[in-house]
Amino acid sequence: MSNIITPTRSDEFAKRLKKRYAAERRFKLAGLSAIVFSVGVLIFLLSSMTFNGISGFQRAELAVPINVAEAGIATNAEQLSLGSAVQGLQAQGLADVVQFAAVQSLGEEGAAELSTQAWRDVASDLIANPSLAQRSHTFNLPASADLAAGLNNEGSPELQVLADRLESDGVLSENFDFGFLQRSDATDPQLVGIWGALKGSILTMIVTLLMAFPIGVLAALYLEEYAPKNRWTDVIEVSINNLAAVPSIIFGLLGLAVFLWLFPNFRSAPLIGGMTLALMTMPVIVISGRNAIKAVPPSIRDGALAVGASPIQVVFHHVLPLALPGILTGTIIGMARALGETAPLLMIGMRAFVATPPDGFTAPATVLPVQIFLWSDEIDRGFVERTSAAIIVLLLFLLLMNGLAIYLRNKFEKTW
Amino acid sequence: MSSITLFLIAIGLGLAGWLAARAKAWSFQQETSAKQMAARPNYHAWYVALWITIPAILFALVWTIVAPQLVLQSVLASEAAASLPEFGFQRQAILSEAQAVASGNASSVFNPAANDFIEPFREATSRYGLIGIAITAIIAFGCGLAAFLRLRPDFTARTRVERTVMFILLLASLVAILTTFGIFASLVFETFRFFGMVNPIDFLFGTFWGPDPMSNAENPDSSRYGAIPLFWGTIYIGAIIAMIVAIPLGLMSAIYLTQYANPKVRAWVKPALEILAGVPTVVYGYFAALTVAPAIRDLAFSVGFTNASSESALAAGLVMGVMIIPFVSSMADDSIAAVPSAMRDGSLAMGATTSETIRKVLVPAALPGIVAGVMLAISRAIGETMIVVMAAGAAANLTGNPLEAMTTVTFQIVAMLTGEGSFDHPATLSAFALGFVLFLVTLGLNFVALRVVKRFREAYE
Repeated sequence: MSNIITPTRSDEFAKRLKKRYAAERRFKLAGLSAIVFSVGVLIFLLSSMTFNGISGFQRAELAVPINVAEAGIATNAEQLSLGSAVQGLQAQGLADVVQFAAVQSLGEEGAAELSTQAWRDVASDLIANPSLAQRSHTFNLPASADLAAGLNNEGSPELQVLADRLESDGVLSENFDFGFLQRSDATDPQLVGIWGALKGSILTMIVTLLMAFPIGVLAALYLEEYAPKNRWTDVIEVSINNLAAVPSIIFGLLGLAVFLWLFPNFRSAPLIGGMTLALMTMPVIVISGRNAIKAVPPSIRDGALAVGASPIQVVFHHVLPLALPGILTGTIIGMARALGETAPLLMIGMRAFVATPPDGFTAPATVLPVQIFLWSDEIDRGFVERTSAAIIVLLLFLLLMNGLAIYLRNKFEKTW
Repeated sequence: MSSITLFLIAIGLGLAGWLAARAKAWSFQQETSAKQMAARPNYHAWYVALWITIPAILFALVWTIVAPQLVLQSVLASEAAASLPEFGFQRQAILSEAQAVASGNASSVFNPAANDFIEPFREATSRYGLIGIAITAIIAFGCGLAAFLRLRPDFTARTRVERTVMFILLLASLVAILTTFGIFASLVFETFRFFGMVNPIDFLFGTFWGPDPMSNAENPDSSRYGAIPLFWGTIYIGAIIAMIVAIPLGLMSAIYLTQYANPKVRAWVKPALEILAGVPTVVYGYFAALTVAPAIRDLAFSVGFTNASSESALAAGLVMGVMIIPFVSSMADDSIAAVPSAMRDGSLAMGATTSETIRKVLVPAALPGIVAGVMLAISRAIGETMIVVMAAGAAANLTGNPLEAMTTVTFQIVAMLTGEGSFDHPATLSAFALGFVLFLVTLGLNFVALRVVKRFREAYE
């Protein structure tokens, strides 16, 4: 008993132990670097989008002083409040007036690089503020895409020189472009906006929510509370689990083959897009809904049944209200996924060039992710920054929705 | 717009019926004593409201589908229709232009021939709109009245309402089956049409992919529809490159987070991974095309591969792998957490280090769950569309060089269906055949994976 050599004293053991500890450290380091890599990619992704996107919210603008009244354009507040005010100003030759004013203040060379649609900005400024027409006012008007590239030291050398000259004269500058959030798609990166796509996304999401939420919640209630355990219920469960994992593009094929065959007139409408996304979102809501319902303790059901409630009353008066926060969290997460979805909407034709915001559920529309995809295909350099700006808008919406889901989860989550 | 009116009418009349029925039930309650009522007034109200809204909404749904056909029929029956081209694209274009103007979606027509049809369209639309409103109202009134007249103090309204609610619940859960069936039926139907034109053997085993949407649809060249390069591209990008990135990183992240990280780090890193999972695929695609692909090309150039293209399988695969990391990580997290802690504690008590415990005990025990997670991740990666559409390229190369452009099943589905080809052309229909293959493969992977997970859970419970 007394002459046992304690193994820790052995050299070989100490060596082995050292080796094992080194392996332990290596392993831990490998885990840490995996985490660091993943988070690093996330940070790199977000920061490169933000970096590019911030300049996407700006555009190169030329300062042009215009005296509208002096140029002979009759404006009064009453006329400008009409719906046809823009056409009226166009008929009076506002475009020429703007061009002329530009030549005077910028010279021939500079005026040639004013966007051809610049007069529309003047018109909308006048409509918003009729008093501008009575005096000389300096309008900030969009420069052409080529000049904007010149300002970033890209594109043709002549325009770079011109841009430098105009910039040092103080008439060409990068300004924050509020209109980006108000305009729709266009062919000129200086004139594009995100509102058309955003409105399309909102309309589509409304349809998706109205369809997927009731069906998903009711299906979850049935499966969790009433369904008898038999072959049919198994089939339903298997198909829901599989639907949740079917690639989104397959839902696009379904929408193309079924919905567009039923409603051929509604091609690229938010209605069809919303229905397609609803089929995709529904399984997510069912699965999260079932988990939330399962979490309601059976004593609640037993108590309600004991005082004489019918099975329907038990569920709709007691179980559902208690499970609702959990169901809502799942719904928001499912909706966030649907908001970022592109492929199925490409299938059903929501990729058309739509230059006006959609005015209803059946009007042709596009959505934010599809708009991002379309812009990313454009050759013009100016679209790169615009695409990043659109991505920032999309990510902000997703962040908002996920934040809401997390807030709901933390606020209402109950552990029984 | 008119269908929304129909739904609003149905709901509005339902509300009116609800109020009327409740008032009547209240009056019963006043006359007789409350104890003799078989159901509370609200249930009488719901009974009538359901009888009003459900038939009316069903009709509105059918009408939404039928009415455009009726409008078209009546326009074609008008005098102007005699001048229409017999068939084909022009006829469609004229009609749809006229319809767009008539419904206010467009302000003017390009084709002057369409001008003749604007009036007939407008007229027919408003006529059928009115007919739809009238029939909806009649159905709602008729059913509502029938239900209203049945109300008695001893009427068992509650059981009837509850039976209906139960039925609606059942219907809602059947939507899932219906969707699965719809996917299956539409894919099978179009795939059969495709295989009527192109030999299935050529499709599944051919090695040259180059459908020409502009070729003669009657006599397609079967040898241009060999899908092997697409399958290879899909597997190479989604199941090989992406998994080489995602499996080690996802697994190690999960292990570090569950076994080593202190709770504070965990509280920050887990949501960050969730954000990574929540970034839309189009953003990843943009990132791959704009940042990763040029970087890889430049790197390849500097190493000496002068033939590297700006669209490469490697770029798409790498970014896809990053996208899948959180997915693998959360699946691995779940299966490691499902291993009973007694096994872990036993190993640690025997003197094993943490990493030895993880490698020799936890991971082997959690292996079925991890493998299932990887299978689900693969099924996700091969069904991923936007990253490959934006970064992988269109050329169907059958090669092992990751620096070359490569195309995938999902890319070709998008390309075939967003092109200019007609819907009856085999090139367009090939998209459905590719979709069917994709559907079957992902279905198989999911089915096996879910079974494995279930078995695995049962083994430790």
